[in-house]
Amino acid sequence: MSQIHVTTKINGDTTEYLCDPEETLLDVLRDRLGLTGAKEGCGTGDCGACSVTVDGRLVCSCLMLGAEADGSEITTIEGMAEGEKLHPLQQKFLEHAALQCGICTPGILVAAKSLLEKNPSPTEEEARYWLAGNLCRCTGYDKIIRAVMDAAEEMRRAS
Amino acid sequence: MPLDDHTPDQTPGEARQFKVVGTRPLRPDGIDKVTGRARFGADMSAPGMLIGRVLRSPHAHARIRSIDTSKAEALSGVKAVVTRADFGPGDDDVADILDNCMAGEKALYDGHAIAAVAATSAAIARKALKLIDVDYEILPHVTDVDAAMKPDAPVLHEGLSDETVPEGVSQNVVHRVEFGHGDVEAGFAKADKVLERTFKTAATHQGYIEPHACLATMGADGIADLWVCTQGHYMVRNTCAAILGIDQGKLRVTASEIGGGFGGKTTVFLEPVALALSRKANRPVKMTMTREEVLRATGPTSSTSIDVKIGMNKDGKITAASADLRYQGGAYPGSPADMGSMTAFAPYDLENVKTVGWDVVTNRPKAAAYRAPGAPMAAFAVESVVDELAKGFGLDPLDVRLKNAAREGTKSSYGPTFPAIGLEATLQAAKDHPHWKAPLGPNQGRGVACGFWFNFGGDTCVSLNITPDGTVTLTEGNPDIGGSRASMSMMAAEELGIPYDQVRTVIADTGALGQNEVTDGSRVTFAVGLATIKAARNAKKVLCERAAMVWGIDPDAVEWVDGCARPAGDNAGKFPPMSLKEIAAIASNTGGPVAGHFEVNAEGAGVSFATHMVDTEVDPDTGAVKVVRYTVFQDAGKAVHPAYVEGQFQGGAVQGIGWALNEEYIYGEDGRLQNPGFLDYRIPVASDLPMIDTVILEIPNPGHPYGVRGVGETSIVPPLAAIANSVSEAAGVRMTSLPMSPPKVLAAIQAG
Repeated sequence: MSQIHVTTKINGDTTEYLCDPEETLLDVLRDRLGLTGAKEGCGTGDCGACSVTVDGRLVCSCLMLGAEADGSEITTIEGMAEGEKLHPLQQKFLEHAALQCGICTPGILVAAKSLLEKNPSPTEEEARYWLAGNLCRCTGYDKIIRAVMDAAEEMRRAS
Repeated sequence: MPLDDHTPDQTPGEARQFKVVGTRPLRPDGIDKVTGRARFGADMSAPGMLIGRVLRSPHAHARIRSIDTSKAEALSGVKAVVTRADFGPGDDDVADILDNCMAGEKALYDGHAIAAVAATSAAIARKALKLIDVDYEILPHVTDVDAAMKPDAPVLHEGLSDETVPEGVSQNVVHRVEFGHGDVEAGFAKADKVLERTFKTAATHQGYIEPHACLATMGADGIADLWVCTQGHYMVRNTCAAILGIDQGKLRVTASEIGGGFGGKTTVFLEPVALALSRKANRPVKMTMTREEVLRATGPTSSTSIDVKIGMNKDGKITAASADLRYQGGAYPGSPADMGSMTAFAPYDLENVKTVGWDVVTNRPKAAAYRAPGAPMAAFAVESVVDELAKGFGLDPLDVRLKNAAREGTKSSYGPTFPAIGLEATLQAAKDHPHWKAPLGPNQGRGVACGFWFNFGGDTCVSLNITPDGTVTLTEGNPDIGGSRASMSMMAAEELGIPYDQVRTVIADTGALGQNEVTDGSRVTFAVGLATIKAARNAKKVLCERAAMVWGIDPDAVEWVDGCARPAGDNAGKFPPMSLKEIAAIASNTGGPVAGHFEVNAEGAGVSFATHMVDTEVDPDTGAVKVVRYTVFQDAGKAVHPAYVEGQFQGGAVQGIGWALNEEYIYGEDGRLQNPGFLDYRIPVASDLPMIDTVILEIPNPGHPYGVRGVGETSIVPPLAAIANSVSEAAGVRMTSLPMSPPKVLAAIQAG
């Protein structure tokens, strides 16, 4: 089967690619575009390590076809910092030691940013439920939740 | 200069003032990991790279009559197909590992590798797998440990049992161990009450989020390179070299960033296969596992069946204790029944104690290490019986543990006599903590339990090099699985008296350093830290010599203070101090580059203890359990970076929560794994949990210059028991089988 031509905007840059019909958006990001920040932890939408946003909506990129992204705006972990300036969530994850191995970190940061865009003042319970689709096996989530709550507070103060 | 590697470093118990150690700086690899730049196993590519995939057995136990790969080889884009026939006999030491990586005469479990393909794309590789014809003779199988021990059980391997195994049990029992001292029968006779219970635990998986991945390049000349996510790239090198029949020095292995391991990445699965495919195709080959492959065909824990018998007096004194521990370790020998037997009663000072462990093979993937391998299941069984006896006498369970606690000078249940240990400190801290006195709500219960782990040292080799501008590169050989670069940089900075950010720690490939033991046994902060400190001391010795040369005085008359060489003794004050930067700048004129090295098989790791306290709430209508409060008390010796020590405590506790409440390998009647995915193999998620409070105790380890003990593994030992004790109180019925899933808890409530 011939490949499909797709035009998207990824982290603000217009990007074109050809992909096979069965290729996932995650495959395209990682294997065709060299954006390896999104990780494949399960391939079935259960772990959230591949989280990106598509037109502002949080998705598991392993559950979406690359061909479906035509005309969409995609943001990945690589688009989170502005140049050298880390997003407050990234900074707080470092300060709170909210990562150990770091494999889930990109997906959790993308998901947490999406949470704070929708709900700048989440309760701890809301943060825990929003991030329930992002598995972390190292931390027990304690420091992750603290980092998200701290970042939310700082972002509220700054706005 | 008075810097001798053999001078006592620190008097145990003496409070040393640290400048860097004990603070919480940002980790040096942090920015890479929050921006997506860090390169994990699957993130590497090579020009001309092929994709490798594995064909796996759908049968739990089958003889492989024949494999026909001709149709797969003929498919356009397929560059190599390998089966067991492509591997030589290999060394005896790695025979089981090879057989696990690529099946020989028999498929021994659902998911066992049968053949592998390298092709120009993943789609073509997948298609090629379907074109491989395997003729199987299906054999009867067994997956349960007690069933596998019966004399009439299906046998996996003929003649594998060693001389320790008595007559009358199945050949699936491959080894038996026994530990203890005293006379348990006499001890039981003296007890006011003797309680015996049987416990079962399901197999669980480490559940690291990063599936196994590697990129192999190997030519016909036997020169090879391997990029791989592993806990020990030296182990990968040595094992692959033995399997492929090449010299260790010909294979250079580079460890990627590692997305979790917890013991599961302490052996090889894909790596020899990727190298064999690369050798055959003469192209680089990348292989990654799917999550289904990770669960079906890597190294979960043992499932266990354990009997515990304890005699106790009315005052809480244990008179005797015994345990029979049956661990199935999958298709090959090596379950951690021995570790379970050694750790089971380690927290207690016992006059009469005996443990017997049974290593049993079944038609499951071979168990790998999982964080304190073998210990959590044994602790679950023992700590449940201690709890039931204590409560039966109306005694405080912490008091009973304090009364029987192992301390300095105790002859441990597995043999050695303990040096300074921290168990009593964790128990006392638990007793003094507000959590212990907090009120409980309806349907809630509170449980406590203790846990022990040995900790480990092992082969370690580091190199500390000072650059011409006076910054420091520390080169070490253990993958950073949870912040160890930060800890190493901190210890180097502490020792050299320079700022933390002046040290960069690099994880070298196998070509850059001598042998380094796997990142396991909670060894890295202890052993690599010890080697780092010693290497820094060696570098300081050279720095002092250089300053002495400049000043024209005896090197023994120079001391290193606060990052500077200073004239000492009679020469004190005669010359201004020379900083590390100043000495580094003139190194070329005073003898050449300055470095410090240290190589050791590190001993003195220092055993570790923890006490956990947990409140749970049980829904009497559904049997669902909610963890409402959790506190970890653990001895760290000295916490180098307290935030990452807390992280180890929290992470271990939550893995234990998963093991206790949700996680379980479920096999069907057909011997196939029924839940090979994160939807059905459910690890804890954020909304399941409360915050995990931690209390770090610091009882210095006399075997480390700064008193450090490993902290990574002990934290998973107490939670299974602590949660079972809590749930048993909340539900009003003793829970003896894990996981305590809602149907099981509900059935127990209804039966109780």
